This record gives sequence, C-alpha cells and structure tokens, in this order.
Amino acid sequence: MTEGVKVVSATVPARQGTAPGTRPRNTAAERGSRSPKRKLRAPADKRKNLEILFFVTPALLLIAMFMLVPIIQAVRFSVYNWKGFGPLVDFVGLQNYVRVLQNEVFTDALVHNLIIIAGSIIIQLPLGLAIALLLNRKMKIQGLLRTIIFVPYVLSEVIAGVVWFQLLQPQYGLIDTVLSKLGIQGPAQGWLGTPDLALWTVLIVLTWKYLGLAVILFLAGLQGVPDELYEAAQIDGASWWQIQRKITIPLLGPTLRTWGFLSMVGSLQLFDMVWILTGGGPANSTTTMATFLVSEGTKRQNFGVASAASVILFIVALILAVSYQQFILKRDTQPDTSRKRKKVRR
Amino acid sequence: MSTATTSIKPAVKTKKSPNKYGGNVLVYALSLAVVALTLGPVLYGVLGGFRTNAQLAQAPAALPEPWVLSNYTGVLNNPEFWRYALNSTMIAVLTTVIVVVFGIMAAYPLARYQFRLREPIFMVFVLGLLFPATVAIVPLFILISRDLNLGNTWWGVALPQAAFALPMTVVILRPFLMALPQELEEAAQLDGTSRIGFFWRILLPLSGPGMVTVGVLAFVGSWNAYLLPLLLLQGEMRTLPLGVADFSTEHSADTAGVFAFTTLAMIPALIFFLAMQRRIVSGLQGAVKG
Repeated sequence: MTEGVKVVSATVPARQGTAPGTRPRNTAAERGSRSPKRKLRAPADKRKNLEILFFVTPALLLIAMFMLVPIIQAVRFSVYNWKGFGPLVDFVGLQNYVRVLQNEVFTDALVHNLIIIAGSIIIQLPLGLAIALLLNRKMKIQGLLRTIIFVPYVLSEVIAGVVWFQLLQPQYGLIDTVLSKLGIQGPAQGWLGTPDLALWTVLIVLTWKYLGLAVILFLAGLQGVPDELYEAAQIDGASWWQIQRKITIPLLGPTLRTWGFLSMVGSLQLFDMVWILTGGGPANSTTTMATFLVSEGTKRQNFGVASAASVILFIVALILAVSYQQFILKRDTQPDTSRKRKKVRR
Repeated sequence: MSTATTSIKPAVKTKKSPNKYGGNVLVYALSLAVVALTLGPVLYGVLGGFRTNAQLAQAPAALPEPWVLSNYTGVLNNPEFWRYALNSTMIAVLTTVIVVVFGIMAAYPLARYQFRLREPIFMVFVLGLLFPATVAIVPLFILISRDLNLGNTWWGVALPQAAFALPMTVVILRPFLMALPQELEEAAQLDGTSRIGFFWRILLPLSGPGMVTVGVLAFVGSWNAYLLPLLLLQGEMRTLPLGVADFSTEHSADTAGVFAFTTLAMIPALIFFLAMQRRIVSGLQGAVKG
C-alpha cells in the first residue's frame, strides 16, 4: 500500500535534483537502479505510474481501511483491558490471551472447530466423490441433477438453519415424526437440545448445506480428465471401478486437495449456522471460536478478551493453512509424475 | 464387468463399457435418493407454508389439506418483509458495484502493466484472502459504528463487505485479463489509443463475462451475509437473513408462518442464483484453480 505511493513520490525528487538531502533513501535507490532509463523517458514513466496509482489506489485504500486497520486494532485491543468506553489505558500485556486460553469455553470451542473441520472432510469427501462420479455419467437428467444438488449451497446459512431448526424440533418436527413411525424414539430434549448430540447434528446440517459445493467442484475436476485416458483404460479391459480408482481419483487429486483447503478455512470461521441452530448451547456444547468472540465482544463488551480470541483464531487459521500448504498442497507443486502438467495451468 | 485379467481381446469390450452409458436402474435410484435428501427440507418448508399450525402439529409429515394461503399473504402484506428485502437488495447492489469497479480497476495494471511493484501489490490481495471478516469483527464494529458513524446504514455494511470481497475478485480477474491477447493492445496503441483508452474501449467490453462472475459472487456473498449485518444493523435497517432469524425466534409458536416467511425470503435469491448458476460455478472453479 504505502509502497505503491512511494514509487511515484520517488520520481519527483530524483528528477528535480535540487534537494538531494531531503530524501536520501529514495534518491539512492533511484540512482542505483533506474535513473539512466528515466532520463530518456521520464514523462512517460511518470504518466504510467500515475495511471497505476489511479487504478490500484481505490481497492488498496478500501482494504487498508476495512481490513488492515481493524486487524491491527484487534492486536492492539488484545493487550488492554477494555470494555469499550474511554481511552485504552489499562494495559494488561498478554493477560487477555492467558484468560482466553484458560477459559474452557474457548478451548472447547477450538476443539469443536477442529471436529467440524475433520468431520466435514471425512464425511463430504467420499460422499461428494461418490455423487460426483454418479452424476458424471451421461444421463438425460444430468443438468437438472446438478442444479438440484447446488440448491442448498446458494441458500443462506440462516435460511437453511431456520428450516432445519423446525425439522429438528423434538417430537413435532418432521424428523422425529418420521423416526417414530419407524419405531425409533428421538432424544427427549431434541437433537439440538442434547449436549452429546448437538455438535453432530450441526455437522450433519452443514454437510447437507455444503455437499453441493463439493460435488460441483469435483464434477468440474472430472471434466478435466481427458476422455482418451478412459478409452485407453477400457481398451486395456479395466473395469469401471478400476478406472475410477486408478485414473479418475488420482487425476482429481489437485481439485480434492484445494477443496479440502476451502472446507477447512470455512469450518474455522463457522458462525451463522451455529448461531441460528443452537446459539452455542446447550451447555456450550456447540460453541465455535467465532461464536465465542462475538458473544464476548457484543454481549459482554469484553473487547480485550474478544480481540485476543480473534488473534488466536487467526493464528490457528494461519498455522493450519501453512501446514496444509506444506504437507498436502505441496504435492501439487512437486515436479514428479503427471502432476507437472496440471501445475502449468495454475 | 470385465476386469484387467481378461484383456486379451480388448477392443470388443469398449462397446458395452459401463462408464459412459451406465444409466441403469441403480444409478437412477441413487440419484433419486440424493435429490430427495437435498430438496426434501426445502420443499417441506415451502409446503409447510401452505398448511396451518394445527395441520403441522397433527401430522408433521403430511401434505397441505386443505391448502392455506393466509401464511403467504400475511408475509406479503407485512411491510417489514418488504423493508428487509429492500435493505438486502440495496446493500448487495452497493457491494457488487464497489467490488466490480474497484476490482477491475486494480486487476488491470496488475495484469497488463510492467512495473516493479506489480507482484508485491498482487501479494497484498493474495494475503487478503487469508483474513476472514470474523477475525476483525470486533474492531470493524467499533470502527464503523463509532469512528465513521456508519452504524445502521447501507454503506456501513457494503463498504467492509466489498473490502473483504476484493481479494478474491482481483485473484479471479487478473488471470482473466492476462489471457486477453497482447495483439489487441498493440493494435490499439498503433491506432493511437492510450492505455486508459484501451481500458475503456477494449478491455472493459471484453471482460464482461469475468465481471459478471465476480459480481454474482459478490452479490451472493452479500445477500447471504449474517454476521456483519447482525452487529451493525437494527430495527428498520435489518436485512432478510436478520429478518428471517428474528421472525423465527419471535414467532416460534407460528411454525407455518415461519415456513412462509423463510420460503418467500429464499425465492428471489433462489431464482437469481439458479439463473446465474454457471457464473457462480465458474467463479468457484476459478478460485479452486487458484
């Protein structure tokens, strides 16, 4: 951001050349690398830099204002005991972090986030793959099926949550009614009201909501597998199952791994669905890091604690993202086997 | 099915290969099950809106008998519903316009100019992908409601939403603009067009599909957003997701009414999204390909 500004401002003292002492760093840099060229076509360069500045500034300004500043503020708030009134004076160092990490509600929330991450991938990966392979056959209603499977994804989490909340009502909800007709008694407190079941119920609703995204992305990946490979395998007498296992799924690898990354990042930020379905309850059995920091920040006005929690959330996200990149996505960038060709497209 | 061990006379087997024309009964049955599980909850909500609460309580799994319109007409005559719909639309439109205009502007030099800071500036956008709004939600709330005095306004939600949507937009648009042939630019320069003229007269018209894709994604994101509006908007200024959530808690006894309200809230979005399905999908795929 600031660097973008420097480029243009740097051209001014360099060309004037009258005040060499005022901006020593910039002028030195100018002389070092770019001044010979500039002498020839300085006006054109200046115009180009102004154009770049004109095009890039609005976006960078918006990001600086609403992304960078709040994130820096979050770090700042996190070392103060601040209830939202008056100036930041009560400096407490890392005490808020200690408070957050010692708070069982938060550590449980972190565990819930991790369960949702693992659960989403473990359930949606095989299921999504199976449905994608199913839909990848030539069928008359293929287009319609794709559209239908995509419907839950385009609904907002709030709408999906409100409908599922009604379906999951104890006794009178559709699900308990159907189960009781099959001779199964739903839990007395309801699926969302029983602490041991609530998180798993949320996970199932999330699966319903996001399976369509997995299927659509996998289908797109499947279309990238060249037909010749299938034909060659068929000529060699490979069965349908063998073809899927030895050709389709390995070639789908990059798509699956990238989807896993998106799914992980989404699970870490999970808020809407939990807020609608359970509000984090019962007995804090479904809290996530996001619901924790929102209720600390807005309900209890503990801005310091909430900010510490959000910094921790970011650090957890960063660690997971970097390790995912290192251990899983790295395979896509290694120059071995046939993946090299895929990499070129990225 | 043939296996690898019987590959002596291979060419014959391609004819009845199950891969391409496997539209057998099992496949259709499985597809039907998937469809039922996917659409079931949505349809139950739509049909539930045509029933009375007594019907819903007596037989939760039955069809409307008789069909009742009063739930739907009740919502449609509710001025609050239209107010929420207007807020949702205005915020989504503002967000989309900002994202598309600023996004294409930023992507243009990053795609087609040669300059020293090109990759570092692009990295700013890539890094921006890593920061979800959730992380900054508390300071964002304070910044907008206190420092900028934009709490409870359309702009107060649209501006930060646009900021958080911009990284993805630029990351999708840049390769799109890079793919436009260099010859176009050279031809334009020979004809005496400046780079800005090239941007206006050639690049913008050609990048229509890319802009529609990022625009639709921004619109979807804004229309469905919950957390930021939840913190920033109250009363008259609430959006549809907030309205749906509040209606369902305030009228928790009126299940049929909740279903009607929810259904009507999702219909315009559903139509728009299904019409734009291809754009959404191609945008998401672009994101996955990185």
